Amino acid sequence: MAIEGIIGKKVGMTQVFAEDGALIPVTVIQAGPCLVVQKKTTEKDGYDAVQVGLVEKVSSRRVTSAIRGHFEKAGLQPVRTLAEFAYSGEANVGDRVQVDMFKPGDSIDVVGRSKGKGFQGVVKRHHFRGGRESHGSMFHRAPGSIGASAFPSRVMKGMRMGGRMGNDQVTVKNLRVAKVDAENNLLYIRGAVPGGRNGLVLVRFAKNGKRG
Amino acid sequence: MPDIMKMVESRESRTDIPNFAPGDTIKVHVKVKEGDKERIQIFQGIVISRKGGGARQMFTVRKVSGGIGVERMFPLYSPSIDRIEVERHGRVRRAKLYYLRDLRGKAARIEEKRAK
Repeated sequence: MAIEGIIGKKVGMTQVFAEDGALIPVTVIQAGPCLVVQKKTTEKDGYDAVQVGLVEKVSSRRVTSAIRGHFEKAGLQPVRTLAEFAYSGEANVGDRVQVDMFKPGDSIDVVGRSKGKGFQGVVKRHHFRGGRESHGSMFHRAPGSIGASAFPSRVMKGMRMGGRMGNDQVTVKNLRVAKVDAENNLLYIRGAVPGGRNGLVLVRFAKNGKRG
Repeated sequence: MPDIMKMVESRESRTDIPNFAPGDTIKVHVKVKEGDKERIQIFQGIVISRKGGGARQMFTVRKVSGGIGVERMFPLYSPSIDRIEVERHGRVRRAKLYYLRDLRGKAARIEEKRAK
């Protein structure tokens, strides 16, 4: 496999039947086609990677001249979304990356951005247990003690508290490809994938895991 | 739901499933695997619920077998369903007939729907 991953959009979840009749919950991803826009090399950039872009129509008014120059260098139409992936073997600018590089059963990692939850308390955000709701309890969902008094006279760094939750980059590792629909650029992935519908996801071969 | 999703789900759906509704008595021909042999088992009973939408629809069939109520849920488009026969249409006034679980014998009967 030349290029390790592809850019896609989450379409939604549904279910498919395996050949033996078993029900498989799947997430449908519309992935690619992508084009290689730039090749990064150890000599020039310090590491090896390819930059790929998800092929989408972009109005030329929306393209700044810096970005236009970047795409002109590759001789391609500008695209909105770019991402970098590792590669092995041959990869050249202009190469197409399509879903048909995956096959059912492949182990993959999916990178996405989780749904934003807003400001959340410690019970939801860090799974604190909270207190009893009744029987005279006056301690419900508060965080409790956040440290000792005279020593250290401050709150330790990294103390788990309430705050913004979600909207983080999340990687789910070792998911399985359930089905590939190359005609419609659809990838069926067993299980859930971070983010909401129409959220951007990166799908790549599992970094730790076996192929096929 | 986006159109791609509709397209995906319509491809997972079967077109050979007859129309039936809660209250109907149906025969479900289920493929049963025993070792490497496959045979067909019939599960006959009253449909007490249909739930879910699109390709994810499920239905529940209830029958009383030897005095014991047995319910079985099937995915509507499951490939392990060989075919479905509708025996009779029942006249019922709600979508979920869970009240049948508390009824026995004569009280658990369902009137047949008159064809107009």
